[in-house]
Amino acid sequence: MTTQLTRPAEPLTAAVRTPRTPRRTSPWTPWLYLLPALAVLGGLLVYPVYQLGLISFLEYTQAQVSGGEPTSFQGFGNYTELFTDPQFRQVLLATVLFAAACVVTTLAVGCSLAVLLTRVRALPRLVLMLAALGAWATPAVTGSTVWVFLFDPDFGPVNRLLGLGDFSWTYGRYSAFALVLLEVVWCSFPFVMVTVYAGIKAIPSEVLEAAALDGASQWRIWRSVMAPVLRPILVVVTIQSIIWDFKLFTQIYVMTNGGGIAGQNLVLNVYAYQKAFASSQYSLGSAIGVVMLLILLAVTLVYLRLLRRQGEEL
Amino acid sequence: MTTSRTYRIRRPGRLVAEAGTLLVAAAVAFPLYWMVLSALKPAGEIQSTHPRPWTLSPSLDSFRRVFEQQDFGRYFLNSLTVAGTVVLASALIAFLAATAVTRFRFRFRTTLLVMFLVAQMVPVEALTIPLFFLMRDFGQLNTLGSLILPHIAFSLPFAIWMLRGFVKAVPEALEEQAQIDGASRTRFLWQILFPLVFPGLVATSVFSFISTWNDFLFAKSFLISDTSQSTLPMALLVFFKPDENDWGGIMAGSTVMTIPVLVFFVLVQRRLVSGLGGAVKD
Repeated sequence: MTTQLTRPAEPLTAAVRTPRTPRRTSPWTPWLYLLPALAVLGGLLVYPVYQLGLISFLEYTQAQVSGGEPTSFQGFGNYTELFTDPQFRQVLLATVLFAAACVVTTLAVGCSLAVLLTRVRALPRLVLMLAALGAWATPAVTGSTVWVFLFDPDFGPVNRLLGLGDFSWTYGRYSAFALVLLEVVWCSFPFVMVTVYAGIKAIPSEVLEAAALDGASQWRIWRSVMAPVLRPILVVVTIQSIIWDFKLFTQIYVMTNGGGIAGQNLVLNVYAYQKAFASSQYSLGSAIGVVMLLILLAVTLVYLRLLRRQGEEL
Repeated sequence: MTTSRTYRIRRPGRLVAEAGTLLVAAAVAFPLYWMVLSALKPAGEIQSTHPRPWTLSPSLDSFRRVFEQQDFGRYFLNSLTVAGTVVLASALIAFLAATAVTRFRFRFRTTLLVMFLVAQMVPVEALTIPLFFLMRDFGQLNTLGSLILPHIAFSLPFAIWMLRGFVKAVPEALEEQAQIDGASRTRFLWQILFPLVFPGLVATSVFSFISTWNDFLFAKSFLISDTSQSTLPMALLVFFKPDENDWGGIMAGSTVMTIPVLVFFVLVQRRLVSGLGGAVKD
């Protein structure tokens, strides 16, 4: 930067002036930079969303896809069919309850382990961090296969350890859901733990010491000191977990072999897949997709409002 | 942990906590240990109803079976091609977009940012059906392109959102200086800004790599008939047979699929944690 000396007048103000200095470039430069991103997102995200909505209003089955039959507009016909279908209502309910159970368990485990991490010395902390990192990095497919194997009625170590004999976890509806829940919590608590732990570390230690000296229990410290300070982080972590757990596919598909015996373990995503690709009812599958999209959109709007209230600047 | 952070003074309490921590760590690591162990066990020991948590005669038979009978090497390469292309493409595209939204003021900037946030929440799985028809119309079914293209699109919103913080952290003054020094905008972008933002790009790439590497639904839906184009998750399920699962093969395949991600994670874990902190608090 040898030209610095020959720089014209007022170097300081030039550097401080934050609103972009009127560099002689066209106002289109940012759009040029955005062009690849917008093109990709437009073609592969926005357009498919539009298509999804469109298909959900049509009659679109094997006959239309490969039989050359004309598609016909159904209005809300597909949605009426869905919501009068008792299986769909049951799957919707199961998805919401199962996602809620996953979110609550993940948050409880993640937060308590984060607090535990603050109370131990460096070595045990590192060991748990590494183990958690391993679980976090494990792909959903392999995580699922490993957990199924662990709980295998014939060759798995868990039944042996618990003395359950050849009890099949995937046979019963609730035990199968419980097994999937364990795997989901195992691979998603590390994100919560690491993020919340980073948040706790940012709290001035005097505050926590003072609370401890005043005789507050660990639970009290969490509830009255840590949780309020960590609120923004907890919001992010909760919303992320809701989004992940609501659209589970791989775990259910692999662990319960496509939705369990007679579809007892179906969740929305697997149900939509089965409807579309197993029974070629693409329009019903799309309608399920739209329902999921709307539910997650509602969650996102709540998230945005919470962010706004925290004064986040975009 | 420095002494100022140990706000709990009771020693026995801490020992109990440490013992608990190690126990939890053992439990969390156990599935991975069991996976590698089972992959190394000889066939007879896996099919035993009295599984032992160790093996005295490790063998590579399962791995051999996986690579020789199932052509896992090919699937591994397919997975790597898909994930590698997605990581490179989305990093470049996201870098340009993040620069646009942080370094310029223009109309609809905030709107765009909100759109990127909303786009992150779209359940991509719900788009399988329209994407299936899109890929069919463009003749992309049964090709790796059918996995690469959607994954670039789905990793972009998060990548842009996360890179924003890294681009913002580069001082404005630097750009002015470069401008005064006569560097063109393009030159500043690639020779100054890009290297400075690179750590952020790495952190962002982890997420696009993992989501692409792990993808199961798209692979299952788009690669319907040409198994030579399969990726690892699909290939793994070949070992699931009714009533006679080849657990040794499944565990060996799972190990092969997990290790690259583990390596990637360990390499970037520090950046990952700090990057996440930045994305959360920013």
